[in-house]
Amino acid sequence: MSSVITIRNLTKKYSSDEGEKIALSDIDLDVDKGDIYGIIGLSGAGKSTLVRCINGLEHYDGGTLAVNGKEIADLRSKELRALRSDVGMIFQSFNLMPSRTVAANVELAFRGKVDAKTRKDRVSELLELVGLTEKAEAYPGELSGGQQQRVAIARALVNKPGILLSDEATSALDPTTTKSILALLRNLHDTLGLTIVVITHQMSVIKEICNKVAVIDHGTIVEKGNVFDIFAAPKAALTKAFVATTSNLDKVHELLDDHSPLVEPKPGQVLLRMNYIAKEVSEALVSHISREFSIDVNIIFADIDIVENAPLGGLVVILKGDSKKINDALAYLKERNIGIEVIDRA
Amino acid sequence: MLNLLDQWFPNVMSRLPEFFDSFVQTIIMVVVAGLISFVLAVILGVAVTVTKPGGLHPNRGVFNVIDKLINLFRSIPFIILAASLVPVTRFVMGTAIGTKGALFPLVVGITPFFARQIQSALAGVDSGLIEAAQAMGMGLPEIIWRVYLREAIPSIVRVSVITLVSLIDMTAVVGVVGGGGLGDFAIRYGYQRYMMDVTIATIIVLVLLVGLVELIGRLLVEITEH
Repeated sequence: MSSVITIRNLTKKYSSDEGEKIALSDIDLDVDKGDIYGIIGLSGAGKSTLVRCINGLEHYDGGTLAVNGKEIADLRSKELRALRSDVGMIFQSFNLMPSRTVAANVELAFRGKVDAKTRKDRVSELLELVGLTEKAEAYPGELSGGQQQRVAIARALVNKPGILLSDEATSALDPTTTKSILALLRNLHDTLGLTIVVITHQMSVIKEICNKVAVIDHGTIVEKGNVFDIFAAPKAALTKAFVATTSNLDKVHELLDDHSPLVEPKPGQVLLRMNYIAKEVSEALVSHISREFSIDVNIIFADIDIVENAPLGGLVVILKGDSKKINDALAYLKERNIGIEVIDRA
Repeated sequence: MLNLLDQWFPNVMSRLPEFFDSFVQTIIMVVVAGLISFVLAVILGVAVTVTKPGGLHPNRGVFNVIDKLINLFRSIPFIILAASLVPVTRFVMGTAIGTKGALFPLVVGITPFFARQIQSALAGVDSGLIEAAQAMGMGLPEIIWRVYLREAIPSIVRVSVITLVSLIDMTAVVGVVGGGGLGDFAIRYGYQRYMMDVTIATIIVLVLLVGLVELIGRLLVEITEH
């Protein structure tokens, strides 16, 4: 795997009357070819600044940032513009030119001398790719948000870039449209071999399409790695908070605080949370422990998703049965690489 | 109909050719000064927009010079500006009187106002569009031409209408310093010789002219806006 974006010790400061503000500090990041790399953080964390450094829309003050082996800070403005042909970008607010039709918006992105017929063919090819052929002559103001973002994606792909930067591209869209735009991005990744950098504040977006993720907080990366590993075992507090937003398993704590009888284990029972933290889990665990150790497994919550082709998530259950058998079952689960957290034991 | 006009506007009807000439002079002043100042205002408006701190090509020196000059000329009342420009006008245009002599002070008087209007029209272009254009790899001239000016067209039409109306107003003022036109006509007869009907006829024509400019402007905005 070759790294197409290599970032080392990247630092950026904003100076204002009140003094200096650190926007980014000591960022290290490697985006490999074919990655869909998610960068997640709260607003103001610096993620948009970081992605703008990648295509030179923002300058940085220290460290190095190389795209396709070229150090961005060393590029002259002409070289930088040439590089931008290979780095497409889409935005939260779509940023289509309101005075131009859909086709003209896409065509506007051509750089260099391209003859009219090639332009026209490429535009219709791209509009077909994003499913908007019949809207070619419409104006952006006549389109829905999702359609506008599709046009923006077509525009970003005009010069056949190897990298696509997506800055909160789905944040202004409803959940259904978000899904369809993410599906389109994944499809473009698979068919065109695009490397995509996804900026978002929604962990569900990361879960949906990314293979790697970096969590950024106050200008520094607090955690990064494969999406599955991060979801299975988040370490930083912020990461845990983000992961929790994608699962309903934490509701158990609310119920416990409310002393709900649902999560009140009776004598001899164990309230247990099982987390799928390893990729190999695929067997019928619940029925297995139930049969093998003759215990009853009462499922209170379940939240299991497929991330990177492996089940991720977990269950909150109440185990009922012989105390020794329950201990055996817990030992068995641990052996099967299941994360075990005994919440309450009566 | 003609009888009625003779009855209501006796002093105008007896000077109809002169009234008509004055009207033509006003139109010439508005059109010529308007076109010249439009070109200058677009250049200045773009220059200020691009060179201002945080602009696409910040340049403190250029920005400050243009910005201060615009403010300086905008703060001088037009009638004083026109009078003080007489020697310069004579040098540039060869004469300081008549329609020809009026053009120079009109352009100097309206361009700073027009430039500010164009600047505000350009400021209305969503910064996201500029960022998208940069991300596409567009250079500065292309962004100015294909994004800033193009996307600001409806606003530019709007501010041009406002400016034209001000310019019509100013053509009446240059009449006082020997510029000719409807303003001159109204002052000479209506004001100085107490011919009220001349003043009223001039007002009616100017109101119709302004109304026409605004109507055309509105139509243009509708055509250019999507």
